[in-house]
Amino acid sequence: MGNPFVLAAGEVGGDFFKERSSGTLPCQANESHLFCVDWAKENIDRYGTPAQQHLEIVLLSVLIGFVVAFALALLAHRTRWLQPPLLAATGVLYTIPSIAFFFLLLPLTGFGRDTAVIVLSAYTLQIIYRNTMLGLDNVPDSVKDAARGMGLTNRQILWKVELPLATPEIIAGLRVATASTIAITTLVVLISAGGLGTEMYGSNFNFPTAILIAVAIIALMVLAFDLLLLTAQRLLTPWRKARPR
Amino acid sequence: MTVHPLLASFSGAVEFIFTPQQSNVTGGKEVGGFDKTIELLLGHIEVTVLALAIALLIGLPLGLYLGHKGKGELLAVGIGNAGRAIPELAVIALVATLVGIGMRNVAPALALLGIAPILNNAYVGVRQVDPAAVDAARGMGMSELSIIRKVELPLAIPTVMGGIRGAAIVIVATATIAPLAGVESLGDFILNRNVYGENGLLAGAILVALLALTIEGSLALLQRRLTSDGLKVKTA
Repeated sequence: MGNPFVLAAGEVGGDFFKERSSGTLPCQANESHLFCVDWAKENIDRYGTPAQQHLEIVLLSVLIGFVVAFALALLAHRTRWLQPPLLAATGVLYTIPSIAFFFLLLPLTGFGRDTAVIVLSAYTLQIIYRNTMLGLDNVPDSVKDAARGMGLTNRQILWKVELPLATPEIIAGLRVATASTIAITTLVVLISAGGLGTEMYGSNFNFPTAILIAVAIIALMVLAFDLLLLTAQRLLTPWRKARPR
Repeated sequence: MTVHPLLASFSGAVEFIFTPQQSNVTGGKEVGGFDKTIELLLGHIEVTVLALAIALLIGLPLGLYLGHKGKGELLAVGIGNAGRAIPELAVIALVATLVGIGMRNVAPALALLGIAPILNNAYVGVRQVDPAAVDAARGMGMSELSIIRKVELPLAIPTVMGGIRGAAIVIVATATIAPLAGVESLGDFILNRNVYGENGLLAGAILVALLALTIEGSLALLQRRLTSDGLKVKTA
């Protein structure tokens, strides 16, 4: 750590670069300093394991966060007075910077993936909880009255009317939560939980190629999950297509 | 009676904040203490305030203007969404690698993270203002600038402040890893474990968490003061 050795962007062929090209890295001094294609081609394999760790942590965290936040939202939907304290509690969890959160838990849960998943899932709670509540609150009373008039019980109204109608908001919350979790997971390298942050941190901050590849993989992950969730939303709410514009 | 190890590590960390102590890693050299804590705390606040100010100067006028004109929804909302997906570590790493280290380079980089929520919320907030209110103001002969300043901004305050709070949270958090790019902050305690030891690690985490909660709390209070009484009645 300390002071990373830094080279200005314009200094193509600086000392660092000569060192790299004459050493183990197949980079030529006259190549673009910003991105070294040869190195990327030869070293893309090393991103496999970190990417997989990254993915696992994100999936676990969002899944746990969703289950907990969804349960809390259903509880608060039935017991209205729970809403302000739950919003405040999830808000506090969201406010504590993730790095501080990691290290506060360290004496309890130690280095590694468990701590990472606990913090990251706690982080998703606010956004998923808030959006689920928003979705449920947005269901028009007339629709609920109609359902009641047709003889549906409260439980049936919740699962067959309210939750389906709240799906777009719930999925919107999941999209935001997933994207920010993918981004924050880069920091779990600080508690030795792996992930794509390893490749940024390990680059010693003097080799942009290594960092840029990790960023590109993260961007692809964000896009892929967004597309997946949008598709899920389309499949779960087929009536929205039929709605006149 | 034996002290629970968990309690011991936390009390060790609290002690570290107030009194210098011999580190178990530097071999007898005294580290930590109140003076060092204040020094790093001020550094953390400095970079946070600077970055937030830059983000406000760029994001707020742009968001208000776009919202007022009803243009650039794709830009405002797109930046808002993309901003959340930017890894903080990547921002710090790329700035240190490509641009340079130190406050001059890091503060604008952190500001970049803050612009997204500020711009997005300012845009959305202004768009949500009742068009009838804007028409009434225009009918009374208000200029476009005073419509933004005296009608749209006051009505959009809760949403606008939400964006500013979001920006403050992400900037305070990212300032924790700013030492990686040569800016002193409370993150020093956390990142330089080979100097400050385990107590410093935990002390840094406690201080960063408290600082974030304090800033968020003050901004929430500010929001309450700035929100006009008429709006409070409506939402209550």
